[in-house]
Amino acid sequence: MNERHVDLEILRYDPETDEEPAFQTYRVPCQEDWVVLDAVNYVKDVLDRTLSYRWSCHMAVCGSCGMMINGEPMLSCKAFVRDMPDRIRIEPLANFPIERDLVVVTDDFMDKLASVKPYLIPREEKAIEDGAHVQTPAQLKKFKQYTLCINCTLCYAACPQYAHDQNFTGPAALALAHRYNLDSQDVGRGAREDVVASNAGIWECSFVGACSDVCPHEVDPAGAIQQTKIASTVDYFMGLLTPERDR
Amino acid sequence: MEFVQYHPTGLPGTGILITEGSRGEGGILVNKDGYRYLQDYGLGPPDPWPRNKAMELGPRDRLSQAFWHENQKGRTIDTPHGDVVHLDLRHLGEKRIDECLPMIRDLATSYVGVDPVHAPIPVRPVVHYTMGGIDTDIDAKTRIEGLFAAGECACVSINGANRLGSNSLTELLVFGARAGLGAARLAEAEVSHADEAAIREQAAAGDRVGRLFRNTGGGESVAGLRREMNATMESGAGIYRTEESLSRSCAVMNDIRRRYADVVLEDKSNVYNTDLIQALELDAMIDIAGAVIVSALARRESRGAHQRLDHERRDDEAYLKHSLAHYVAGEDPTIDYRDVVITRSEPGERVYGGAHK
Ligand SMILES: Cc1cc2nc3c(=O)[nH]c(=O)nc-3n(C[C@H](O)[C@H](O)[C@H](O)COP(=O)(O)OP(=O)(O)OC[C@H]3O[C@@H](n4cnc5c(N)ncnc54)[C@H](O)[C@@H]3O)c2cc1C
Ligand code: FES
Repeated sequence: MNERHVDLEILRYDPETDEEPAFQTYRVPCQEDWVVLDAVNYVKDVLDRTLSYRWSCHMAVCGSCGMMINGEPMLSCKAFVRDMPDRIRIEPLANFPIERDLVVVTDDFMDKLASVKPYLIPREEKAIEDGAHVQTPAQLKKFKQYTLCINCTLCYAACPQYAHDQNFTGPAALALAHRYNLDSQDVGRGAREDVVASNAGIWECSFVGACSDVCPHEVDPAGAIQQTKIASTVDYFMGLLTPERDR
Repeated sequence: MEFVQYHPTGLPGTGILITEGSRGEGGILVNKDGYRYLQDYGLGPPDPWPRNKAMELGPRDRLSQAFWHENQKGRTIDTPHGDVVHLDLRHLGEKRIDECLPMIRDLATSYVGVDPVHAPIPVRPVVHYTMGGIDTDIDAKTRIEGLFAAGECACVSINGANRLGSNSLTELLVFGARAGLGAARLAEAEVSHADEAAIREQAAAGDRVGRLFRNTGGGESVAGLRREMNATMESGAGIYRTEESLSRSCAVMNDIRRRYADVVLEDKSNVYNTDLIQALELDAMIDIAGAVIVSALARRESRGAHQRLDHERRDDEAYLKHSLAHYVAGEDPTIDYRDVVITRSEPGERVYGGAHK
């Protein structure tokens, strides 16, 4: 199989020994069908055991291998070396603090995910004896796209608004809130409204759409946020007209 | 631990899984002559439509074994990433593929450059699931007081010798919940749980890390040993095994275990040290590989995912039993047995294809 030599410039940082992050370059013989993650694994296995980064599935489903590749947030297991120039610059995902090398601290994202109550809030609990929860294909289709998110945080790395203000709840978390709000089994929209429709929520988004551009599963968080804005606006005016209405 | 499931349809090289769903929709498996070879292995007749428990929808172990035989007969297709057969979805048409199998189209197009709308996907069996694991009861309790296990690491024995697809859901949702509730209850009930022996063991484990950090000689590499382990487990303890192949792998694994003492960490950092994590994982995998080999050697019969070319029949008389591997530091584990408790389903002949209605 054809081999091609590629220079990987990888941003290195160990808080125990380094004042600040710096690039280190590795020359890697790449196979034709390799993804960037294969090249990084080659560095780890053959050239330098001290390199730290996250990955698991190597098939774009676990969401752990996100990196900035030539300035773009990408899943390194879905970024093909054949589509890249001979020098590939690899950095940790933007807009997150670096923990070590290509590993970032994702605590803020995890907190934001939890803040939108990303679970079904049913009208009433149903006992097992009362049978299955029925949902039609049409009801499922309404939100299915938003279930495909793999929490890879590429959208946070791409979002200019999150870069500017880290209070912003951000694309993936808002898209997930939208997913539950659209679910026919869920009545939690009111309970999510505090976070979703707050200043740090949907209204912070300036609809640049970078999140949807980089999403590896075409979840379209930007579209979700726009739809939520419309729904919240309708809610707001309905609230003015019928103030006693229970949300 | 001898039961390791191969999934019959993974992509060569990466091992990326091509879901059973693609065969459920009507995808067919063909050899290098375009022949639906599964009909030669008791899975036919080859209807044009998918039928449960027949042909492409036969069980994973039988399909993986059929691949092995086709390979022996020289009827598989040679690729740079090993031998394959073809999973053909073309007759489903673009619309159906996009509607029902969009991820498969994406995976095949990206990772092997094959668009299943226009060409068959190269596939081969790939290691998928470990049926064995830490012995637990139905409350997810292990033999160590206060330690619970659930999921793939555990063996609550809902799988037997050949797991059915989707059983992980049960393992995780049912037994995961039981483990969590059980652990919470125990934590509530026991104010102080000072188990001196366990604490001493913890201290010894801590030293395992210290030893890795301090080690300077030797110069064995984690990645190198891991590669050798993969190779010998695949060749000696894979889809088919024999006394000879298993014994060979056993010797190789013992050598790897010895050489592991010479693993040197390059990374001495205390922050997100994946050199250390990988070394510890390798240590654990060496033990697990030993348990797989030794229990496979001792099971002189064929059953589900454990197939011995030198003992081809299932032997319920002698081996309707769970193998229990006990850890012995630095050596092969010892094996003993526990009877299988039969509840509702009596073990019977496994019949697939046409004979099954
Ligand atoms: C490609 C593929 C497809 C599959 N599809 C299906 C399917 O469709 N249906 C089905 O039922 N099953 C499927 N399975 C099987 C199923 O996914 C697994 O059995 C199941 O996910 C195992 O879950 P688990 O929680 O037990 O283990 P894992 O999901 O492996 O979780 C173990 C966790 O422990 C963490 N960990 C490891 N070491 C440490 C440590 N030292 N400290 C802290 N954390 C640690 C890991 O990071 C990981 O998060 C599939 C498996 C594969 C590989
Ligand atoms: S390794 Fe799982 S998404 Fe890339």
